[in-house]
Amino acid sequence: MSLFDHKLNEIQSMLHKKEITIPDLVDESFKRIAAVDGDVQAFLTLDEENARKQAEELQKSGKTGILNGVPIGVKDNIVTKGIRTTAASQILHNFDPIYDATVVNKLREAGTITVGKLNMDEFAMGSSTENSSYQKTRNPWNLDRVPGGSSGGSAAAVAVGEVPFSLGSDTGGSIRQPASFCGVVGLKPTYGRVSRFGLIAFASSLDQIGPITRNVEDNAHLLEAIVGVDPHDSTSANVPGESFAGNLTGDVKGLRIAVPKEYLGEGVSEEVKQSVLAALKVLEGLGATWEEVSLPHSKYGVATYYLLASSEASSNLARFDGIRYGYRAENAENLIDLYKKTRAEGFGDEVKRRIMLGTFALSSGYYDAYYKKAQQVRTLIKKDFEDVFESYDVIIGPTTPTPAFKIGEIIDDPLTMYANDILTIPVNLAGVPGISVPCGFSDGMPLGLQIIGRHFDEKTVYRVAHAYEQATDFHKEKPAL
Amino acid sequence: MTRISEEQVRHVAHLARLAVTDEEVHKFTEQLDAIITFAEQLNELDTSNVKPTSHVLDMKNVLREDKSAPGLDREEVLKNAPDQQDGQIRVPSIIE
Repeated sequence: MSLFDHKLNEIQSMLHKKEITIPDLVDESFKRIAAVDGDVQAFLTLDEENARKQAEELQKSGKTGILNGVPIGVKDNIVTKGIRTTAASQILHNFDPIYDATVVNKLREAGTITVGKLNMDEFAMGSSTENSSYQKTRNPWNLDRVPGGSSGGSAAAVAVGEVPFSLGSDTGGSIRQPASFCGVVGLKPTYGRVSRFGLIAFASSLDQIGPITRNVEDNAHLLEAIVGVDPHDSTSANVPGESFAGNLTGDVKGLRIAVPKEYLGEGVSEEVKQSVLAALKVLEGLGATWEEVSLPHSKYGVATYYLLASSEASSNLARFDGIRYGYRAENAENLIDLYKKTRAEGFGDEVKRRIMLGTFALSSGYYDAYYKKAQQVRTLIKKDFEDVFESYDVIIGPTTPTPAFKIGEIIDDPLTMYANDILTIPVNLAGVPGISVPCGFSDGMPLGLQIIGRHFDEKTVYRVAHAYEQATDFHKEKPAL
Repeated sequence: MTRISEEQVRHVAHLARLAVTDEEVHKFTEQLDAIITFAEQLNELDTSNVKPTSHVLDMKNVLREDKSAPGLDREEVLKNAPDQQDGQIRVPSIIE
């Protein structure tokens, strides 16, 4: 049994009783990484020397706290001072950040120890982590399958026990979908709940950082540590912090659940449907009620998302020009040529494709037809959620239409790859919080249940997720690796 | 009907400051055409009276006190610059 099979409160109690030390925890992490990361390839960069040093210091300091001394992995689009940060792109192959992201500062205050940086799709663009320009992360449940993406490294590392928890980022499903594929718990917080300062921007109106863990309670603890308004991010919301972990009562009596018929319709596999219906039965058994509802504009989510996210990306990624940091092409004739060559050589195919799509959608003559139209449809999608939340407490459906697909299976078909995010994208467009928790298996691969709440109502989302988790055993299953 | 021509793709690549090969132009034309065709399903919806959403929360201007604060350290900032000289970032000539 691994130390990381224990929940955070158990780990802290073992530390308190001096059954283990903080250096033991860090040691457990690096031993596991040495044993399995050659197969899984979740980590891009390790920071072993510093991590071990911090462990010694924390052990001596006598500091306490629920996260204190616990190793964490951080997605490689979150900047870490002194640890190379690449966003899995060649254009940042040698980038050494000179400050820490706000979430990284908050984690340090809470006493976590960063062991390394986790693989992802380049600039978080993708749903399989196959778009990393460095390596392909594999699903610990079956090494021939993708871990999902873009936070594939973050989900795989937790699933295989290299770290007890990690941070990911979610723009259209990039925390929830890999959590579902890898059988772990992943939350995308309400837009504005967590500061984006130091998150390498992909689509600023959609991006959120969030926690990936083995269980719901630990997830709530990790979220508590990273929330809050930040003067460095004017889109961070000034809402009071809450005790998410303190509200896991297991009580869902009288809870009103909405189940969108669009989330159990065409394209969703039979086994996924059955797992969701079985989950609803479990919640009914605990005293909740559910009804079928409609989110009528769901089917427009993918198109809306790709226009908006790509438009924002084309603007955000303009900063990568080979001047101030990162890769610079050689033998440029002039400045424009330098930009063009640097970006052509530094970006991968999917990133170029989205920059091109976004530049087109924002270009003169097309702006109203594509960008503005998509923003208007976003309003309709957001209103779908507002209407349902007038009468229901949470929305429940699958996280993904199918379990993890094979590596190489759909990478050459962008539209099929995009369709994988059909059930997670509307949540980002509406800005509401959503969690994925393990809810079954299909052919040995994990499935995820998605629970969606009102703006800033992570409390209810966690309460429902926790009640369901405690009533089932799926989260106790581990990959054989 | 194709919605995007190779000429348009070359123009967009120039706007996006991306050097593209003939082969890439060909591939991106096909792929962008497919994506744009897919995106045109949004035209099924009448949005003439719908306000665009650029921000999901009810937030207006976020203000702070106009107060000076120390910036980043010059040496630190230059650490990541690919080419530098005398405390400044060096670029190819931009004036003929």
